[in-house]
Amino acid sequence: MKVAILGMGSVGKGVLRMLGEKDLGIDVTAVADSKSALIDKNGISIADILRVKQKSGFCGDRSLGALDVVKKADYDVLVEVTPTNAITGEPALTHILEAIDRGHDIVTSNKGPISREFSLLMSKAREKGVQIRYEATVGGAIPIMHTLDQGLAGNRILAIFGVLNGTCNFILTRMADEGLTYEQALLEAREMGYAEADPTYDVKGIDPAIKLVILANKFWKETVRLEDVDITGINKLTNNALRLAEEQHCTIRLIAEAIPGRGILRVAPRLLPITHPLVVEGTLNAITIETDMAGEITLIGKGAGSVETASAILGDLLCIRDIHEGSHPETA
Amino acid sequence: MKLEIKDAPGQLVAALKPISEVGGNIIAVIHQRDDKQRGKMLSVQIVLELPDHRMKDLTRLLREQGVNIQRIGHERLLYQKAVMMIGHLIHTDLGDTVDRIDRTGFAEVTELNISMPAITEVSSARLLIKSVNKEDMEQAMDILRRVAKEKDFLLVEPLEEVE
Repeated sequence: MKVAILGMGSVGKGVLRMLGEKDLGIDVTAVADSKSALIDKNGISIADILRVKQKSGFCGDRSLGALDVVKKADYDVLVEVTPTNAITGEPALTHILEAIDRGHDIVTSNKGPISREFSLLMSKAREKGVQIRYEATVGGAIPIMHTLDQGLAGNRILAIFGVLNGTCNFILTRMADEGLTYEQALLEAREMGYAEADPTYDVKGIDPAIKLVILANKFWKETVRLEDVDITGINKLTNNALRLAEEQHCTIRLIAEAIPGRGILRVAPRLLPITHPLVVEGTLNAITIETDMAGEITLIGKGAGSVETASAILGDLLCIRDIHEGSHPETA
Repeated sequence: MKLEIKDAPGQLVAALKPISEVGGNIIAVIHQRDDKQRGKMLSVQIVLELPDHRMKDLTRLLREQGVNIQRIGHERLLYQKAVMMIGHLIHTDLGDTVDRIDRTGFAEVTELNISMPAITEVSSARLLIKSVNKEDMEQAMDILRRVAKEKDFLLVEPLEEVE
């Protein structure tokens, strides 16, 4: 199977490294970063490309770009791992639509197009008979999409609750454990590299809300948008509030919840007993799925990271390969 | 509730039986023999838990048993919820915030723990709200959500299971 990879940030590099280390029968025939691209239908040496990128900051020819890869390269699956633009979904949306149009399958970690244009993308994919997989958009390494698609197939999903933002969870954990103020914990998160220079998307709950939109589109209805989510962040929380919660054997976590039966789509800090399965430590993510048959299932895992996200991407790639080989149930 | 029963064998059991018939749970029975009491009547105080809206059935059944109900104490509020409030709670009249719940008549704030680090900083409070049933609690929470919006403080609600 041949793949073209768009984006050579943390996720793209992780995917390349893992494809290089593991003999999965997947060849990389094109890569692009934000300034250059490299296309070779006979396959690219992963070690070389990582070395060149490390040295020069470019992965290839500066006269080529991501769209050249999408349109001209020889590949089966487009791996779209460029940075998320939550407002327009671009340029990833154009990359993905173009690739679908050419009849290629898509694997992406990009929350922008999946959260903004879910129903458009799904209908185009159905029309062209291609797969779009986006395991890496929600919960990092946690196989939530595979769980919903295969493991819980046939179940009715009554609700999903999740700790979907590792940065917020880290801040809340540090505030509770060490009595740090919100500002101190945020500063620490930045120093550890968990928070962006502009942490607004995380701490105001927008990032987990975008992930909730993706989940809701998957299991509820394909028309859910970010504007439908009632969002409250963690930026107004105090360590005193966490201490008062602890006196009652509770703590506070930022919980994203989707409950179709009650029309609820909400991200907000919530009080939970310390023993609750969603009370995970540090940057971990956790997702509880409530179903009619299986009851309650909670998945806990690493919500971010280069190799962790690569795990989700590789899982999707191998799933698509299995579908084409006829050894995997069609899931689109 | 305080009951008056005949001081005769089997009467106490007869008075307690209706409680289990309506699905109630007896927490305590306080049984005092007062020699100064007129006649052969006995006063019994019973603390009990009842399912929602069964009080009327219980009083009817008790009267049928010939039990005289002297006094029905406060209905205990069995449904409770702890919430946190963070913001300028004092400057936005905390008394009024609590009163908005209390004056509903169906829910009340029974505990308030507050931390006020400094005049310029926000306060954090933990409230325990009690109500007779879940519907009343949901209404009380709606009121509190509106007050939070109006007074611009953060309300942190407990995460609850889906039924």
